[in-house]
Amino acid sequence: MENISEFFLTHREAIFIVILSVFLGIEVISHVPSILHTPLMSGANAISGVIIIGGIILVGHASTIFEWILGIVALFMAMLNVAGGFVVTDRMLEMFKKKKK
Amino acid sequence: MDTINTILPANVILEYSYLLSAILFVYGLKLQSHPDNARRGNQWAAAGMIIPMITTLLLHKNQTGAGIPLVNGVAVVITTIVGGIVGTIMARKIKMTAMPQMVSFFNATGGAASAVVALIEFNKNPDQAVLVGLLGIIIGSIAFSGSMIAYGKLDDKVGDIFSKSMTYVNLVFMLTIMGITLFVLLGGLSLETRTFLVYSLLTLSLIYGVSFVMPIGGADMPVVISLLNSLSGIAATMAGFIYKNEAMILGGILVGSAGTILTIQMCRAMNRSLLNVIIGSFGGGGMAHTSEAGTVKEISMSDAAILLSYSAKVVIVPGYGLAVAKAQHLCHDLEKLLEEKGAEVKYAIHPVAGRMPGHMNVLLAEADVPYGKLMEMDDINPELPNTDVVVIIGANDVVNPASEDDPSSPIYGMPIIKAREAKNIIVMKRGMGKGYAAIENLLFFNDKTRMLFGDAKGTLQNLVNEVKSL
Repeated sequence: MENISEFFLTHREAIFIVILSVFLGIEVISHVPSILHTPLMSGANAISGVIIIGGIILVGHASTIFEWILGIVALFMAMLNVAGGFVVTDRMLEMFKKKKK
Repeated sequence: MDTINTILPANVILEYSYLLSAILFVYGLKLQSHPDNARRGNQWAAAGMIIPMITTLLLHKNQTGAGIPLVNGVAVVITTIVGGIVGTIMARKIKMTAMPQMVSFFNATGGAASAVVALIEFNKNPDQAVLVGLLGIIIGSIAFSGSMIAYGKLDDKVGDIFSKSMTYVNLVFMLTIMGITLFVLLGGLSLETRTFLVYSLLTLSLIYGVSFVMPIGGADMPVVISLLNSLSGIAATMAGFIYKNEAMILGGILVGSAGTILTIQMCRAMNRSLLNVIIGSFGGGGMAHTSEAGTVKEISMSDAAILLSYSAKVVIVPGYGLAVAKAQHLCHDLEKLLEEKGAEVKYAIHPVAGRMPGHMNVLLAEADVPYGKLMEMDDINPELPNTDVVVIIGANDVVNPASEDDPSSPIYGMPIIKAREAKNIIVMKRGMGKGYAAIENLLFFNDKTRMLFGDAKGTLQNLVNEVKSL
C-alpha cells in the first residue's frame, strides 16, 4: 500500500496534468460538428505523431546498434504519421473550404 | 549556441517550446470546430509539431549534459526528411475514396513509433518509469497491429474472420497481458526475467491487436477506427511520461480524448455498447424476421427521371455503396440538375454511414457538394414527411425500419433516417443482398418504394442522362 500512496504523491503533477488535459480535450473536441469528424480524426491522428520528439531524442543520443536501428525506425514511422497526417487533413479541409457559398 | 545561452539558457527555451507546442495543438483543434477555420487550425497544429522538433534537435541534452552530436543530428535530419517526403507523397496520391485506409495506416505508424520508443527506453533504463514504459509498449503495439488489420480490411486485403471462440481467445489474451504487466510491476524480478517478460508482452500485444480487430466487420469500422485512434494517442502520452515532456503528454491526451469522444458517438449512433462492438458481432444471430415480406417493385429509368424532375423536395441518403462505386461526383451532378429544375435537394447523413466517422461528408465534399446541404440525421428526420422523393444510394441498415418496429431485430433501437415517411422512395442497390447486419430491410418492400438495381455509378449516370434529356 505504501508503494501506491508514494506513487500518487511523487507523480502528483503528472496526474494533475493528465486529468486537466482530459477535460480540456473533451471541451475542445465536443464542439466539432459531425461533418468535420473525418478531418478531426485524421488531424488528431497527425498530432499523435508527437511521439516524434521521443524519436529525435533517441536517435540524437543513440550509441548502440540496437538504439540506432530501432531509433531510426521509430523516427521514420513517426514522421510518416506527422507528415502524412497533416497533409491528408489539409487536403480534406481544403475541399470543405472552397465550397463556401 | 553560446550567444543564445547568454540571453536565455537553452533548457528554458527547450522546455517552453514544449509548452508553446501544447498550446498550438489545443488552439489548432479548437479552430477545427468550424469548416471555415478548420484548415487554419490544422496548420497551427502542424506548426505546433515542427517547433518542438527543431528545438529538440538543437537544444536537447542527455543526463550527462551532452548535446546531440553532429552525426546523430544529421541522421535525425535525413530520417525526418525521408519520412516527410514519403508521408507527403502517400497523402497526396491517395484517392479520397481510400481515405479511411490511409488514416488507419498513419495511425498504425504512430502506434508503432510509440511502442518502439518505449521499448528502447526500457532497454536503456530498465528501472525507470516502468509502468508508463510497459503501457506504452502494450498500447502502442495494439494500436499498430490493430490499425494495420483495419487498413487491410478497408482496403479489401483482409477478410472478416469470426467465430464465437474468438471472443474467448481475446479475453484470454487481455487477461494474460494484464497479468504479466502486474507481475512485472510488483518487482523483485531479475533483469533477464524482466526483459523476457517485456518482449513477451510486446509479442502478445501485437497478436492481440490482430485478433481483436479481425472479427469486427465493416459497419462497425467507424467505432474501431476511432478507438484505435484514441489508443495511439494514449501510447504517445505514455511515452511522454518517460521523458516528462508536456507536449507529448498533452498532445497524446488530446488525441485520446478525440478518439474516445468519437468512439462514444459512433456507438450511440448504432445504439450499441462498446463492449458489444468489441466482443459481439452482427450477423448469424437475430434472424427473427425472415417471414414473407412482400414483393419488390422496380422502376424504369425514365419513370424515375420523371418522378425526380417533378419533385419539389428531394433528399439523398448516401451509404457505403456510394463510396465503393466512387459515384460521389455523379451524385452531385444529379443534385445540380434537379436544382436547376427547381427542386430543393439535401443530403441526409447518418453518423455511421460509411467506414469512418464523417466518411460521407468527406466523400461529398470532394465532389464539391456545399456543406450546407449535408444534413445530420436529427435535423433531416422532421423534414422527411414533406419530402417528395427520398433517393437511397448504397445505404441499407441506416434506413431499416426494423430498428423501430421489430424488437427482435439485432438493430432494434438504432436511430435511423426515417426514409419511409417520405412520399416516394427510390432505392439504388446492386441486388437484393442484405446489408452488413444481414437482416431483411422491409423498406424495400414498402408500397412507396421503387428499386433501381445496378451499380450506383452506372445507375446514376443513366439517371442523369435521362433527367437531362427530359
